[in-house]
Amino acid sequence: MTDGVPILRIGSTLLVSIQIDLQDDTALRLQEDLAERITSSGARGVIIDISGLEIVDSFIGRMLASVAGISHVLDATTVVVGMRPAVAITMVELGLSLGDVRTALDVERALALLTPVEQSPEDVLLAAAEREER
Amino acid sequence: MTTATAERLPIRTDSDVVKVRQLVRTLAQEARLSLVDQTKLVTAASELARNTLVYGGGGDAEVVLMTEGVRKGVRAVFSDEGPGIPDLDLALTDGWTSGGGLGLGLSGSRRLVQHFAIDTAAGAGTRVEIATWTR
Amino acid sequence: MADVATAPPESLAQLLTEHADTVRSEWIESAARELFGRTSRGELDREQAEIFDALVEGLRAGGASLADAAFDQLRGILADVSAARARLGFTPRETAIGIFALKEGLYPLAASGADITTLLRLVDQLGLLTFETYAAARESIIAEQAEQLLELSTPVVKLWKGIVAVPLVGTLDSARAQVVMEKLLNTLVDTGSEHAIIDITGVPAVDTQVAQHLLKTVVAARLMGAECTISGIRPQIAQTIVALGIEFGDIRTRATLADALVDALRASSADRKGGLPA
Repeated sequence: MTDGVPILRIGSTLLVSIQIDLQDDTALRLQEDLAERITSSGARGVIIDISGLEIVDSFIGRMLASVAGISHVLDATTVVVGMRPAVAITMVELGLSLGDVRTALDVERALALLTPVEQSPEDVLLAAAEREER
Repeated sequence: MTTATAERLPIRTDSDVVKVRQLVRTLAQEARLSLVDQTKLVTAASELARNTLVYGGGGDAEVVLMTEGVRKGVRAVFSDEGPGIPDLDLALTDGWTSGGGLGLGLSGSRRLVQHFAIDTAAGAGTRVEIATWTR
Repeated sequence: MADVATAPPESLAQLLTEHADTVRSEWIESAARELFGRTSRGELDREQAEIFDALVEGLRAGGASLADAAFDQLRGILADVSAARARLGFTPRETAIGIFALKEGLYPLAASGADITTLLRLVDQLGLLTFETYAAARESIIAEQAEQLLELSTPVVKLWKGIVAVPLVGTLDSARAQVVMEKLLNTLVDTGSEHAIIDITGVPAVDTQVAQHLLKTVVAARLMGAECTISGIRPQIAQTIVALGIEFGDIRTRATLADALVDALRASSADRKGGLPA
């Protein structure tokens, strides 16, 4: 996956941080890669960080909604984080809805959202790090 | 008196759409449009550039930085020799989609810019012009 | 007197260059008289030198009317000068007089037989352009000030950790609604707040337009990961909302700011315990 967007794994959560101006075919590739990774890793959560996106048009909007739909079917929850105010205002004006996609201000809060009530995010990260070491 | 500097870009591939976005963004910043107006304009340009590629079979975009006294603005014109839009009224209705990527393109884009004009007919290609000025 | 045809631009350029000193000294004397105390002689001299040179260049390049490409630079210089004057608070007369004073330098040339009709027309056009630019600059200054006023009258307050509030006072028109929305959303990001309370106690009337604006703000905040509550709904407003058939959908609404704060605190502590809501 050379020119694609990297997908990181934190415990049972996948994290994608989109930093580049995404062209349509790259966005579709990301969607496919995510579907594949969710399945292969048995992830329960997917966090898509769009704080680096200066615009979200109907294509990216549909991609985000699709990823949410796909992960839902695979029993995972998607959270979109870091939408910029100007982007949010534009999307509302455009009439673009992300459907039932959950949103959060940042990655930290998204992790808190996805973490089971008994464990704190820090616990999850430590557990994941320990598993990696073993 | 309006003065202008124009640049023309082909729209033949996905990466061309990105180049158009970047050009519109650069000129919008140069024109000192507010961040929200910039974002709206670039988003509309992205929608229309994609329409040109996907629905119009490829075409080009001409982006212009305009100066009128102390006001500046950015105009973008998207043209193609594709099939044209047979029922324009329908296409401009919210939520209309022909599948394959038009989606909310036209009606939504119109709301994002100050000036919107479209010239099209079945079999005659399409030409969409958008512009936003500093307030 | 010999029959004089309209002189070609290049010969006018020649004429001006030959008589540069006398033209410019008449010009600056006339202008300085009017602008005494408003601008230094050195400044005036510099400005006029720039304008004069650009005028001669344009004529040399064949420019006959101000709209010609040959005068692009001249127009640019003039626009800058008058916009600057506008910002500094010069009156319209003070701004234009410096240009019209150039005529004083040109009249003597006619006495020696030259046809300066074209030049006089150009000065008129320059004067008009100066005035247009000045007016446009004044308008944009006024617009800027109006915007700043709007910004100042829209405070977003941090009520608690993670909770911000916007107490709206006065009518909520389209322009104001935009400013409120932007300010609120930016504050949510800057303070890392997930809850916003929009209090409309001070808003005299709520119609479909106002409701639309509020709705857009709430939806935008949700896209960013924050929730909004609308508080301060007076009985009359509640009746109007129902009568107009305005649907607030699943947006939380409360009668008072205090109620909304309690709601937000409850939601906030639930967030901190982590996990997805049932």
